[in-house]
Order: sequence, then structure tokens, then C-alpha cells
Amino acid sequence: MLKRLASSREALLVAAIGVLLVLISTRFPTFAAPSNLANVFNDTAPLMILAIGQMMVILTRCIDLSVAANLALTGMVVAMLNVAMPGLPIAVTLGLSLALGAVMGMANGLLVWKLDIPPIVVTLGTMTIFRGIIFVISGGDWVNSHEMSAAFKAFPRADLAGLPVLSWIAIAVIAAAGLFMARTALGRAFFAVGGNPNAAVYTGLDVGRSQFWAFTISGALAGLTGYLWVARYAVAYVDIAGGFELEVVAACVIGGISIAGGIGSVGGAVLGALFLGVIKNALPVVNISPFWQLAISGTAILIAVAVNARSTRSKGRIILKRAEQPA
Amino acid sequence: MRVAKRILATLAAAATFAAPAMAQDDTVRIALVVKALGIGFFEAAAEGAQEAADELGNVEIIYTGPTDTTAEGQIEVINSLIAQGVDAIAVSANDPDALVPVLQRAMDRGITVISWDSGVAPEGRQMHLAPSSDALIGRMIIQLAADHLPDGGQVAVLSASATATNQNTWIAEMNEVMGDYPGIEVVATVYGDDLADKSYREAQGLMQSYPDLDAIIAPTSVGIVAAAQAVEDAGMIGQVNVTGLGLPSEMAGAIESGASQSFAIWNPIDLGYAATMIAYNLSQGNATAEAGGSIPMGRMGEVTLDDTMSGAMSDPFVYDASNIEQFRDIF
Repeated sequence: MLKRLASSREALLVAAIGVLLVLISTRFPTFAAPSNLANVFNDTAPLMILAIGQMMVILTRCIDLSVAANLALTGMVVAMLNVAMPGLPIAVTLGLSLALGAVMGMANGLLVWKLDIPPIVVTLGTMTIFRGIIFVISGGDWVNSHEMSAAFKAFPRADLAGLPVLSWIAIAVIAAAGLFMARTALGRAFFAVGGNPNAAVYTGLDVGRSQFWAFTISGALAGLTGYLWVARYAVAYVDIAGGFELEVVAACVIGGISIAGGIGSVGGAVLGALFLGVIKNALPVVNISPFWQLAISGTAILIAVAVNARSTRSKGRIILKRAEQPA
Repeated sequence: MRVAKRILATLAAAATFAAPAMAQDDTVRIALVVKALGIGFFEAAAEGAQEAADELGNVEIIYTGPTDTTAEGQIEVINSLIAQGVDAIAVSANDPDALVPVLQRAMDRGITVISWDSGVAPEGRQMHLAPSSDALIGRMIIQLAADHLPDGGQVAVLSASATATNQNTWIAEMNEVMGDYPGIEVVATVYGDDLADKSYREAQGLMQSYPDLDAIIAPTSVGIVAAAQAVEDAGMIGQVNVTGLGLPSEMAGAIESGASQSFAIWNPIDLGYAATMIAYNLSQGNATAEAGGSIPMGRMGEVTLDDTMSGAMSDPFVYDASNIEQFRDIF
């Protein structure tokens, strides 16, 4: 039991984050202060929410590269809506961003399910389409902070029991996803479909349908994050969150979610995101050249993938080794 | 929007056809050709051009341009201006090379041709009026910070990417003149890569690393907005002043909240005014465009030309609480 815990990806990541925090503290002592850690958690909240959605997609042997574009489009739509109707209640904005994101996710899911196009191609295409639509609806103009209503901007930063609402939303999503993955038929289906699609079909699962729902959930979470992002940074334009989809995939990979599908956990995705979040927040304060910053982020991802590859190998091959030995 | 643009274009075309009949013999007709009609920045430049025309008295401004930002559209517009025999063309080009042949044809007909804002290759114009120069921008960004730090203090630079040519040139020019600002210390230069979230995080990092930081200079429009938001969220308004280069429409919120005392960018009204003055003076023979020479531009002083026959109008224009209302809807 203890051995299993020590070798689990989650424990490894917690330890890695701990070591990282100690290292950073030697150069910048106040980094590990509780208030600053709360800041880091809050800053990483969008990445955690997106990583959880991405995890479900990757579990089913797919990938969603359109999450950042989905986020940007939803963000632009709700921002423009806010400018047009400043009185719109935040609850409506939240519901709308979830729905809009889900619709975009469904588009991905339908293309993968019904037309059988490889997910990487589908989402690369929709990623470009979503960015294009932002340009069309906004005409390339920015929505600026003074145009947004105060309530619209205040919601994610509002303080609730010491933490901003943005952090609480991330916590709620983590809890809901944990429950969903462990306790619902669909959650279990994601594992089954990715682990062995043939076996999944024989047990009566529709592989395409499961993938469709994974894309839909990922899209809905991206849409939700779209509003939170735009409100937090108080600006919406075509290029917001440019390249963020790769960070989301990186968080999943670091969190031990197998790109080959079937293996992963909510905890892994969250810790992978936090690992990246700690690095991203620490680099500005520890005075490292911007060129090294990129190299460091890349190295962290490579190490994670290497560890992943080592842990998923073994098995099966042992038999071959035995067979080889007598010869 | 598109319909409005079409109507505008049609009106502009109608106006240009009607113009020759109405024109008096002693009226100097100056065409202000912009990248596209319906852009706030250029509407403001046209306002400046009109101001120059009113000041000069005998000038008629023809404000025109294509409906979308294409070189082809501008070539058509310029061809029709040549046919009308205007006295001068001042163009902000959609492409530096594509317009050269048609502008050369205009010059062959004795029309004065200058470019402004976005330049044309040297062989296609008599001179180019740039809004500002690297040296002037470099001095302006540190001046903006120093203006609010009479007793000196710590400032940090939040730039775009570490390899961005424009920003690096401006920061180098700024460091050149740091000797004129004793007491002001540049403690760090960080890079937000023109991403809102990274710039925000870098600004947060600056405030943590340098608790006594007095100002953040961001010579990039994404960075300055993100830094202002980070300062506002950190509750540091009044302690850290965000300044640099930004657009009034994007910075109006930061000026309102006090996160930014002032920032700078070129003033389109001045630019349209200066271009008109130069076009007038060249076409009337009051000045000639030659390397090292200078051309008067009314209230904006004089522009001095370099070897490529281009010159800088002035320091970037400073925007603060006193004039942000006027400009926030323009560009």
C-alpha cells in the first residue's frame, strides 16, 4: 500500500511541487507564504479547469486543440454582450458561456463521432475557425476594461472566505469532475473507451458517443473559462490565450495522463497544472533570463513525458525476455 | 457598417467628381488618402487636416481612401485624383512598393506627393512624415515615468518579447538618455510576450520582487493594459504608476482608476494637420524636400529630413485624465 502510494504519479507530483517550492524559497522567501500560494492557485485556476476537460478528451484517445480558441471566442462574445447589455445578470453570463462553449465542443465531437475525422485534424480546423469568427464578430477591435460593467469584472475577483470566486470555481470543478469520473457510467466509459476500444464495444459502449461527450464537457469548461479569463484580465481581443492549448496539453501530460488514452486521473491533471503554474509564477520573481524560462518549461515537460514512458512500458515484455533467455 | 462604408465611399467618389467644377482657380486642393475609410484614427487625422485648411484659408481638403485596406483600392483612388488634377496627395500607404508606379505618375504630372503615418518607398514620394522617431519615443517613455517621480525612484520595464525589434530599440534609446534623469533607477526589464496573461504575471512579479517599485514602463499596448490591471488588482494604485505607449480607447479604464497617470502615443489630429501643412508648403514652393533640409508645418514646428527623405513629426503625444475623454472614442 505504502509502496503503491510512493510510486503513484500524484505523490510524485506533490513531492516535485514541494521540492520546487523549497528551491524557489531559497531565492525568494515570501513565495511560499500562504497568501502568495493562494495567488498562485488562483492564477492557475483557468489552467486547472481546462486541464480537467482536456483530461477527459485525452482519456478517450482524442485531443482537443481548440480549447484556447473556444475560450477566446466565448470570452469575446460575452464581453461584447456585456457592452451591449451592461445590466445582464452574471448568472446569465455564466450560463451562456457554458452553453456556448458546449456547443463548440459538440461541433468537435460530432465531426469526430459521425465523420470519423482524426481529432487532431478536427480541432486544428475548429481552432482556426473559432479565431476567425472572433475577428469577424469584433472586426479586430478590442473590448476594453472601461467598456465592461463593474459587476462583470468584479465576479471572478470577489472575495469569498479568503479566496477569490475564480479559485472557488476551480475547486468546484475539481470536486465535480472527481465525483463524475469515479461515480458515473459516462465517467467510467471514458476510461473503458480509451483503454481498449474493442472491448468497450463488446461491453455495449458507443466509442464515438463517449468521445462526443468528452468533447462537449471540455468545450463547456473552456467556455466557462472564457468568461472568467476575460473578466480577470479585463480585456478581450482576437489573440487572448494564444498558444494556451499547448500548455493545457502539457499540464495533462505532466499529470500522468497517457496520450495513448485510458490512463489518467483528475488529481493528476490538477497537479500537472499546478506544477506548471508554480513554475510560471516563480520565473518572474527569481530573475531568470526570458530565454532560459522557455527552456525550463520545455525541460519540465520532457522529463514528465520520459517518466511517463518508463512507467507505462514494462509488463508484456517480461515474457519476451524470459523467452529470449534460454536461446 | 459595410453599408455605411459603401455610402461614404460613393459620397467621396461623387465629391471628387463634383470637385473640379466647384474649385476656384486659387484654391489649393490637397488629397488626404488614408488606408481605409471609417477608421477612427484616420477620421481624426482628417479633422487635423481640416484644421490646417481653415488656418491656411485657400485650401480644400479631399479626404478619401478605399473601403478596405488594400493597395489596389488606393491605386484606384489615386488614379482618380490624378485625373482631377489635385495639387497635392498625402497618403498613408497600405503597401510601401505597390503604390510607387501610380505615385510616380502623379509626380510626373506636377502633383506634390508625400506619405505620412505608413510610408511609401523613397522613389514614390517627395518626403515621408513619420509620427515620431525611436529616439523621441525612448526619451518620452522615461520622461513619462520621471514626471511623476520628482524625488527619483525605481522603475521597471515591461516589454513585449525579448526579441521584439521596436521595443528593444526604444529601450536602448531610453537607456542612452538615462543620464539626464539622476535618481531614477531602472531595476529590471521583463518580457510579457504581448500576451495579456503573461504580462499580468510579470507585472505581479515585479511588484513582489521590488516592493519599492514606483513605476512600470510598458512600451507595448498589450503590456500596458495588463500591467495597469495587475496594479489595480494588487491594490497598488498610487504606489505604482503604469505608463508607456498605449491607445486611448484601451487605456481609458486605467486612467479612470488611477493605475496610470499618463501614457503616450502619436496624436492623429496633429499628424493630419502636419501632413497637410507640409503638402501645402511643398506644392506652393514655400519649401523644397531635400536631404538635411527642413519644412515648416505650422503650429507643429518644422520637420527635418534625413537621407531617406523622411522626418519625424514630434514627441509622442501625452494622454492623461485631462484629455482622455476627447480621444477614447477616436482610436
